[in-house]
Amino acid sequence: MKMKKKEETRIGVFICHCGTNIGGILDVPSLTEYAKTLDNVVFTQRNLYTCSETGLSAIKKGIKENNLNRVVVAACTPRTHEPLFQGICKEMGLNPYFFEFVNIREQCSWVHQMDHEKATSKARDLIRMGVARASLLEALEKHQIDVEPSALVIGGGISGMSAAEILANQGFQTIIVEKKPQLGGQLLTLHKLFPNNMDPEQILRKRDEILSNPLIKVYTSSEISSIEGYIGNFDIKIQSTEKEKGEESKQERSVKVGAIIVATGSDVLKPEGYYNYDGKRVITQKELEELLKQDQFTYQKIVMIQCVGSRIPERPYCSTICCMTAMKNARIIKKNNPETEIFILNRDIYTSGTYQEEFYRDTRKEGIIFSRYDEAHPPEVTDHSVIYYNFSQNGNIEIECDLVVLSTPLIPYPESESLSKMLKVPIDEYGFFLEAHIKLRPVDFSNDGIFVCGTCRWPGNIPESISQGYAAASRASRILKKGKFSVEGGTAWIDQDKCIQCEVCLKKCNYKAISRDEDDKVVVTAVLCKGCGACATTCPEHAIVMRHFTDNQIESQIAALLEGTTSD
Amino acid sequence: MEEHTKRVMIIGGGIAGIQASLDLGDMDYQVDLIEQKPCIGGRMAQLDKTLPTNDCSICILAPKLSDCFRHPQIKIHSLTQIEAVKKIGKKFDVTLKRQARFVDESACINCGQCVAKCPVKVDDQFDMEMRKRKAIYLYYLQGIPAVMAIDKEYCLRLKNLDKNKEVCGLCQKVCPKDAIDFMQTDELYHLETDAIIVAIGSNQYDPSPLHLYGYKRYKNVITGLEYERMISASGPTSGHIRRLSDNKPPKTIAFIQCVGSRDIRTNSYCSSICCTYSTKHAILSKEHDPELQSYIFYIDLRAGGKNFQKYVDRAKNEYNVKYIRGKVAEIKIDENDNPILYYEDLNTFEIKTKKVELVILASAMIPTKNSDKITSILDLELDEFNFIKTNLETPVSTNISGIFACGTCLGPMDIPHSVVNASGAAAKAAEYLYKLNR
Repeated sequence: MKMKKKEETRIGVFICHCGTNIGGILDVPSLTEYAKTLDNVVFTQRNLYTCSETGLSAIKKGIKENNLNRVVVAACTPRTHEPLFQGICKEMGLNPYFFEFVNIREQCSWVHQMDHEKATSKARDLIRMGVARASLLEALEKHQIDVEPSALVIGGGISGMSAAEILANQGFQTIIVEKKPQLGGQLLTLHKLFPNNMDPEQILRKRDEILSNPLIKVYTSSEISSIEGYIGNFDIKIQSTEKEKGEESKQERSVKVGAIIVATGSDVLKPEGYYNYDGKRVITQKELEELLKQDQFTYQKIVMIQCVGSRIPERPYCSTICCMTAMKNARIIKKNNPETEIFILNRDIYTSGTYQEEFYRDTRKEGIIFSRYDEAHPPEVTDHSVIYYNFSQNGNIEIECDLVVLSTPLIPYPESESLSKMLKVPIDEYGFFLEAHIKLRPVDFSNDGIFVCGTCRWPGNIPESISQGYAAASRASRILKKGKFSVEGGTAWIDQDKCIQCEVCLKKCNYKAISRDEDDKVVVTAVLCKGCGACATTCPEHAIVMRHFTDNQIESQIAALLEGTTSD
Repeated sequence: MEEHTKRVMIIGGGIAGIQASLDLGDMDYQVDLIEQKPCIGGRMAQLDKTLPTNDCSICILAPKLSDCFRHPQIKIHSLTQIEAVKKIGKKFDVTLKRQARFVDESACINCGQCVAKCPVKVDDQFDMEMRKRKAIYLYYLQGIPAVMAIDKEYCLRLKNLDKNKEVCGLCQKVCPKDAIDFMQTDELYHLETDAIIVAIGSNQYDPSPLHLYGYKRYKNVITGLEYERMISASGPTSGHIRRLSDNKPPKTIAFIQCVGSRDIRTNSYCSSICCTYSTKHAILSKEHDPELQSYIFYIDLRAGGKNFQKYVDRAKNEYNVKYIRGKVAEIKIDENDNPILYYEDLNTFEIKTKKVELVILASAMIPTKNSDKITSILDLELDEFNFIKTNLETPVSTNISGIFACGTCLGPMDIPHSVVNASGAAAKAAEYLYKLNR
C-alpha cells in the first residue's frame, strides 16, 4: 500500500515492561508520558509484556481505535521480536515496514542496570529517535521467489543419510555429495554400537535403501567446488573424482537445488604428543575398534585414559561420546577374555540420560575398574605402566599394562572452514558450524535455506545424529513444500542517474548481489541483497539508497538525538 | 498438494509440541495441538533464564506461542485431554475431553477485573505453590490462549451449584464482556487424525521421600524448579532470592546434584540436565547478589551440550562458584534454620559439614503424572523407567505405526535436544503422511 501524500502521520508508541526486565530498571510510566509529547505521536500505552497475546491485542486495538499508520514498540530486540510485531501491523492492514523497533532492554535496562535514572534518560533518547524515524518510514514490499523443490545434502554419514531419506520420502529430488568413495561416514570405522553392541551394518542398511531410491542421486568421491545463489535457487558445482580402468579423472557437474543441508561430520583427534601416543602400544579408541574389528586383539592389561585433548584450556568442550565408547570397548574385550584387566582413568564419567547410566552401572558390575585422575596432574605413561595420582590413596599408583587406549574427542574437519565461506555461514572458535540460535533453532543457519545436522555442528552419538538429520529435513521441507519464499524488502537500490559505473559496490558486496544487467547497468538483485549497506557506504556518488535505512531516516534520528542533548 | 487435508494431532503444548506443530503447520498440514493445562508453554514457560546464553526463557518462547496461536494451520485445544483412541482404517479416531473453562474463550479479553474481585485464594501451581492465585485466573502472564479459567474445585459458585441460592458470582458481575459461563460442562468430542505426535513432557521428582534432605520439613530446602520461579522476574518474589523461613536474602547457597537420580532407591538413571541448570542457578544467583557464594555438590560433572563445559568453566572462573565433588548424605538445620550439609569430600575422602543459608535440590526429571494413562490409551511401549520407548536407529518412532514421540517424555533432555527431537518427529510424521494412500 502507498500512503497518500497528505495523509497525516499518526504514530502509536507501545512501551514494554518485559516483566521486570525493563520495568524493574526504567521508569516506564514516565517514558510513556514522555512519548506522548513527541511529534506525530497520537497514542501511547505501556504493557507488562507487549509480545504476549494480551499485548498484541492491545496494539491491534490501538491501531484500530486511533487510526494509527505508524507503530513504534520500545521493548527488547528486533532479532527475536520484529517479525511478530510486523505481522501484527500486517494483520491490521498496515505495511509491515511502517513498524519501528526501539530496543530499551539490551541497550538500556540490561547494560545500565546500576543507574536507573541514566538508563531511563537513554531510553527517552532512543524512543525520540525511533519516533523521528517512524515518521519517515516508507512502505516496502517483500520479494517473492520461487523455490526449486529439491535439496543438496553435503555429507553421506548417518546424519546426512537420515536427512536425505526423509526428503526423498516426501517426493523431493535429493542429492548427496560424499567426499569418501562410499556412504556411511564414521559408521564404517566402528566395530559395534553402544549400548546394545549392534553391528553398524544394521544401520548401514539405510545405505542400500538410499542407493536404490530413484529420488536420491549420490555422488561419492565428490566435493562441492562452488555455491552460488540463494534460498530456493542454489547453483552448486560438484567435483567428482572418477576411476575408470585405473585412470583417475575429474568431472564437474552443475546442479540447482532449493535447500542445502550440511552434514559433513567430524574427525577423531589423533593425539600426537599426548601420553607417548605411538599408534602401537599407545593407541586411540578408534584404532582399538579397528583391532577388534579384525579380531587381532591380544592384550591382557589395559589402561584407558579419558578426556585426552578435551576439557582442557585449548579445547574446553566435552565430546560426550568417549566415555560410552571406552566402556563399550572395555566390555567387549572383557567378554571375549574375562581374564583381561581393564582400568578406565577418568575425570568425570559422562553417561547422561536413561540407558547410558545403566550401561555405566553394568560396566562396573563386570569388573572393569574406574578411577579418577587429577586434571592438574595428568597420568604418566611409561613403557610398561601408567602412573597417576589416586585421590583415595592420596598418592601415586602405578598400573602395569601392555596397552594404553586414549579416548580422544570428535573434532571438526578443517574443510569446514572453506565450506562455511562458500555457504556464507559461520563456524565457531573450534570449527563447528554455528546454528542460528543455540536453544530454539538448533539445526537452522541464520541464512535462509541452509541447515545443519550431525557432528559437524557438535559432538553427538548416533541417535542424536539421526534425529538431527530428520530435524534438518523437517526444516528444509517447510520451504520446499511451499514452493515460494518471501525475502525482506529492506534492500539496496541504485539510482541510475547518479551512478558513474565505477563498480566499487560490485566488488564490495559480500553476497554477490550487485552485477551488470543486460543493458550494462550496475544493478542490485534484490533477493540476494541482505541489506547490509556495505555498498552504500562505499559509493562515491551517494547513488545507492538503502531502503528502510535511507539517509534521511538515519539523519532524522541523529537530529532527534542532538535535539535532546540541548534540552536535557 | 493434498497435504493440507491431512491432519496431525500433537499431544502436549510444551516447547517440543510447539516446535512439532509449527514445522508441520508450515508444511501445510492441519495440526491439532492438545494441551491439558489452560495455556500452552509447558515447562519452558516456568523457567527464568536458559543456558548457556542466559537468554530470558519466556522472551524466546513467547514469539513461538504467538506463532502457534496465529498460525492458520494450527488449532490449539486447551484444557483438553485424550480419553480414547481407535484405529479406523488408516485413521486414528480420538476421543477428547475438554474440561469446562467456565469462561467463553472467544469473549474474554483478559482485562483481569474478575481476578481483582474474586475472593478465593488458591495455591498457584505454575509458581510451584509459592504464591496464591485466585479461583479465576490466567494460568501465567504470557500464557496462550490469553484468557481466564475458573478452578471449579475452589470457585464458591461452582462448589455450591447444587444449592438453591447463587453464591458469590462477583466475576460474572464485573466482566465487561459477559464471558463468564457457570453452566459450561466438560465436553467429549471426536477428532479424526492421520498421525499423532506425543510430546507430553515430564515432571520434577518430589524429593520428600528422601527424608534425610528434609525437603518440606525445612523451609530453606527447595527444589530447582521452585528456585527457577523464585529467580524469575514474574515469579512469586518478583525475582528476589529469599529464604522461605525469614524472607531474608541468603548469602550462601548449596546446590545438591543427583536428587532422585543416579540413585537406585529412587531413579537409577541420570537426569542429564541438572549439572548445567544448577550451574545456571549459581551464575544467576551471583548476578542477583555479587556477594553471594554458591557451592555445587556433585558426583560427576556432566556438561556435554554445545558450549556447556565452557559455561561451567565460566561459573568457576568468573562467578567463583565452588564445585565440590561429594554426595550429600544428610541435611540438618541450626536454630536459625540454616541448613547444615553432611557429605563425603571425594577428593580427600573425609566426612565434612558445610553450613549454608539456602539449599536447592537438583531434583530429577521423571515421567509426567498422567503418562501412564496417555501411553496406555495409545498402547505405547515404555522403557524400564516408564519413559516412551524408541530405538537407537529410529529415535522418534514408537511401537505404533503413525505415532511418533519427542521431548522429555522420551527421557531427560534439555531444550535444544527437545527441539531437535520435535522437528525430527515432525519429519517422520510428514514422511508417514506423504506415504499414506500412495
